Amino acid sequence: MRWNNRVLKCALASLAAAGSLVAAQPAPPAPATRFVVVIDAAHGGDDPGGRLNGTDEKTLTLALSVRLRSLLAARGIQVLTTRESDATIDPNRRAELANHAKAEACLSLHATLSGIGAHLFVSSLTPTQPARIAAWKTAQSAWVTRSLALAGTLNSALLHTGLTVSLTRAALPAVDSMTCPAVAVEIAPETAQARDPGQQTSGALDDPNYQARIAEALAAALLEWRTDALRTEARP
Amino acid sequence: MIPRYQAVLFVILLVASAVMAVALWQLRERAHQRLIANQDSSSTNAPEVAQAEPATLMVANDADSSLLTQVQSLPLPEDPNARARVVLGKLLDLYAAPDAAHPVPGGASSIAQVFLMPALSQSQSQESPTTPAPARPSNSSHSTGPELAVVNLAGTFVSTHPSGLETENLTVLSICGTLHANLPRVTQIRFLVDGKPRSTLAGHADLTRTYLYTDAVPAQETRP
Repeated sequence: MRWNNRVLKCALASLAAAGSLVAAQPAPPAPATRFVVVIDAAHGGDDPGGRLNGTDEKTLTLALSVRLRSLLAARGIQVLTTRESDATIDPNRRAELANHAKAEACLSLHATLSGIGAHLFVSSLTPTQPARIAAWKTAQSAWVTRSLALAGTLNSALLHTGLTVSLTRAALPAVDSMTCPAVAVEIAPETAQARDPGQQTSGALDDPNYQARIAEALAAALLEWRTDALRTEARP
Repeated sequence: MIPRYQAVLFVILLVASAVMAVALWQLRERAHQRLIANQDSSSTNAPEVAQAEPATLMVANDADSSLLTQVQSLPLPEDPNARARVVLGKLLDLYAAPDAAHPVPGGASSIAQVFLMPALSQSQSQESPTTPAPARPSNSSHSTGPELAVVNLAGTFVSTHPSGLETENLTVLSICGTLHANLPRVTQIRFLVDGKPRSTLAGHADLTRTYLYTDAVPAQETRP
């Protein structure tokens, strides 16, 4: 009987030790939530976009895309870009890339000399309920509500840097086919004076500091967008 | 030596020919005078100028990405097609002015034609945006339903239009808004360039789709 008690005590002690071991170990890491951002540098290759004070729009969008990708990667966000060089990419191909990536956000980057600050564009399609099969040209309609929310986050971040920001709904051929929250971001000179050619004023489109400020603001907005997405997923 | 009678005959025929030539010349001169007398080219009636009417223009402003309503008094023709062209011409004249809030070169000559025709059904306009309208151009003074306006832009206007999502979008929306404001039956708008379909205005604004007048809503603008 005594022997039995000893065996029982040993067994309990070993169980308790094993239990404390499990408790001492850190909890197994939760499966990392997939969060992919697609950055689409508009134009490229045969399509130079607008001619902006001697620089092609495609060059400016690519520079901003590279800068933003670096910032996001440094913050641990998985980034997919539609182009990394001066290549011609069809608008449908851009949408395909974003759709296959199942991105949580897609930014289509543009540049212009018209207006000032940043112009945000969300598809003008009427919001609809998600469907199993969506028409290619209107696939974004099921995502318009979330795209508007993303535009709101970007708007706040850009305003925080002191830029003038406008938010508009428009028909956007590549964005209209995307099945993810998608916003077209068009960068204009910071002020009307910065629009004049040949003047090395701060806030011009080719001003590296201005590009860095915009990229920082966009990265901060996407970080906040990810935090919101994770918070929503964590809710029971 | 020719016989005497032949010489006399030759002289008589020569004189007759000369007389006939003079008579013919005089007849021609008389006919010419008669023609000039009937063709009175002096202006007797003053050219008819249509009465000035208020026209509503949706004028774009690059500074705040907005469309502002501006009422102008314009002599507008009765024909709706011509009316639409005049109104859009005035709108583009404003954009071509040196101090324009939405500078776009070109002016009124940038609108080659405007055609009005019965509108496409919603499904037609969404499903096949690149298919030309099957409806025939009609004299819209007889139709009562919604209408589609086909705006034919001049190639020079498109080639000189500033490039950018916002500026191109504002041009397109201001044209749509102005057409609907002055011709309320116009609910859909399509664009051609030199009579042919074109993918974008200057690299951004989609010209292959059918725009609805509801697209021309004022933008939300925020400032720091």
